[in-house]
Amino acid sequence: MWREELNRCADERRQYLDGFTHRILVCAGLGCPGNEEIIAALQRVIAEKGLGDRVLVRKVGCMGLCALGPVVLIQPGEISYQTVRPEDAGEIIACLGQEPVRRLLLPPDLPFFARQHKNVLALSGRIDPDSIDDYLAVGGYSAALTAINEMRPSDIIRCLQESGLRGRGGAGYPTGLKWSTVAKAAGNKKYLVCNADEGDPGAFMDRSVLESTPHAVLEGMVIAAYAVGANTGYIYVRAEYPLAVQRLKRAIREAERLHLLGHAICGSNFDLSIQIRLGAGAFVCGEETALIESIEGRRGIPRPRPPYPAEKGLWGYSTLINNVETYANVPKIIERGPQWFAALGTDKSKGTKVFALTGKINHAGLIEVPMGMSLREIVFDIGGGIPGGHAFKAIQTGGPSGGCIPAAHLDTPVSYESLSALGSIMGSGGMIVIDETSSMIDIVQYFMQFSMDESCGKCVPCRVGTAQIHRLLSTFQEAKATEADLAQLEMLCDLVKNASLCGLGQSAPNPVLSTLRYFRQEYLDRIAVPAPVQEDEQ
Amino acid sequence: MPASIHEQPPADDRRWKIIDQAMQRHDYHPDALIETLHAAQDAFGYLDAETMTYISSKLKTPPARVFGVATFYNHFSLKPKGVHTLAVCTGTACHVKGNDRILAWMRDHYGLVPGETTPDNQLSLVEVRCVGACALAPVIVPDGNIVGKKRLEEATTIIKEWLSDVA
Repeated sequence: MWREELNRCADERRQYLDGFTHRILVCAGLGCPGNEEIIAALQRVIAEKGLGDRVLVRKVGCMGLCALGPVVLIQPGEISYQTVRPEDAGEIIACLGQEPVRRLLLPPDLPFFARQHKNVLALSGRIDPDSIDDYLAVGGYSAALTAINEMRPSDIIRCLQESGLRGRGGAGYPTGLKWSTVAKAAGNKKYLVCNADEGDPGAFMDRSVLESTPHAVLEGMVIAAYAVGANTGYIYVRAEYPLAVQRLKRAIREAERLHLLGHAICGSNFDLSIQIRLGAGAFVCGEETALIESIEGRRGIPRPRPPYPAEKGLWGYSTLINNVETYANVPKIIERGPQWFAALGTDKSKGTKVFALTGKINHAGLIEVPMGMSLREIVFDIGGGIPGGHAFKAIQTGGPSGGCIPAAHLDTPVSYESLSALGSIMGSGGMIVIDETSSMIDIVQYFMQFSMDESCGKCVPCRVGTAQIHRLLSTFQEAKATEADLAQLEMLCDLVKNASLCGLGQSAPNPVLSTLRYFRQEYLDRIAVPAPVQEDEQ
Repeated sequence: MPASIHEQPPADDRRWKIIDQAMQRHDYHPDALIETLHAAQDAFGYLDAETMTYISSKLKTPPARVFGVATFYNHFSLKPKGVHTLAVCTGTACHVKGNDRILAWMRDHYGLVPGETTPDNQLSLVEVRCVGACALAPVIVPDGNIVGKKRLEEATTIIKEWLSDVA
């Protein structure tokens, strides 16, 4: 009965949308400021020309190419316009069904779009994030209904295990294995948490997914909660993302209205309530145990692991914590089967990954590619290369916890293993392109300042170590360093990496270590006094 | 200190209602501290000693813990903000694109460093570690409106015009 009811909502929505000759989709993400004015201008022209029953203007989520935004898409015909301004509304409407507006046209074969493989982002920029009917109309929540009505929790977990999905928050822990640990944990009370505390500066995958397809995340959470036996879920989201929070709140309300969340979901005996918890600007809260402390209303100070949250999490109960993108991957895996997902990507890193491609790059924006694509394809084909005739110097992945990969390794395929072999990490998906005008020492010091400021202060190696590394980097920055400073820098990096309690400290030296490995000359050039005695073999 | 010292809100201000409601929603459980501080900061713009003491007694949480949480998280401010706020994003993409020069310009022209407010209480400067609009880097956010992809001269002109418009 529930399925029929939802199908009816979906059919009505499809009929409504099909009733228009043309649909104009306007990106209403944070990355396209001014979209409200464009929507208003388009609606004004439509009203003036009396086209209200034939042309529909819709706000949709992020289309990805933020560098050329605001982006507008015309359906049917899939005509994309770039850098649209409200003044263009008249021309766009006048050209509907005729030759497109040439000066605004985005080439349909642009590698930025053609080379991507959209899975998590497939609906992003296609549906109205504030409309649950829109999500239902494209088959939304059918995976959740299938899971709850036709699958046993153990079937779902097996499905996830076979798919090979790994955590998209950065660490890459096998999702199915995590779910099975929580499912097997003792006790009847379990919690579910969605980690949307995207603190990595220069990354916005989670923001965009939450702003564009909040229901996909909720659907993934419903399936996860059913699989592990949790009845309460929390989404821990940054307060810096007000639009994402607003859309999520609305999505939760709408899902509750249609009994897709709440008590007895769609007539089953399964309950799930989801609440939002706002972060308050602490990078360390992306670490799962610090996040738990924060949900419990305390300072975000990590706990030692083990016990892992899967055993002892929120209020001491077994807790499943996954990242936004991980949950957003789940509905498709249930719908299309684990083999479909496992066929994408590399041997050990399956599926696709969303990246925020920014920095000194022409087509900055949000992209999704199969694991295993080379960094060169990402930077030069999808990203369109470096602007201003400058040369590529490095690509920074993983933010303050990652490293800088030089041009010599551009042909590396992107996977959890290959990036960590290069001394960087996959991270949550931030990719910042650096050109030859930037000093690596400056970038590294920027990250170390960040880690130093964000260190929670609990353990000494991180609290004192990051400050000392930052101080040493300053001597390099001012070109006053000595050989001894270099040796001490390396020693301290090793110490902080190995002796810190949580991921923040353990990974904070990565930017320094990776640049010492690939851009050592920049450090050596800033050593003021050459070492008087010993011969340096390097 | 008796727990009932602040049973009633400190003043007959409707904004205290918002704070009370936030605590009530969580059944006055100490876990609701961060949610309550968010509500209080939304209502008053910052957290002062009176507010924190009130929340402390209502949630039966030691004042030290309330103060500890309020100072741990960057989002909470213990000082009132100016009438207008300029946020400068200092995420990685914005750093690579030179937003430190905008901060330097603000220091030279308005004598402001991040976290401070002009003496006439008109303008606060804050540093945000990434608003997530990295493709628009460098990003500045005058009074909540994202402005991106501007060169230094363009950005400073926008800031000057914005300040003369809102003055």
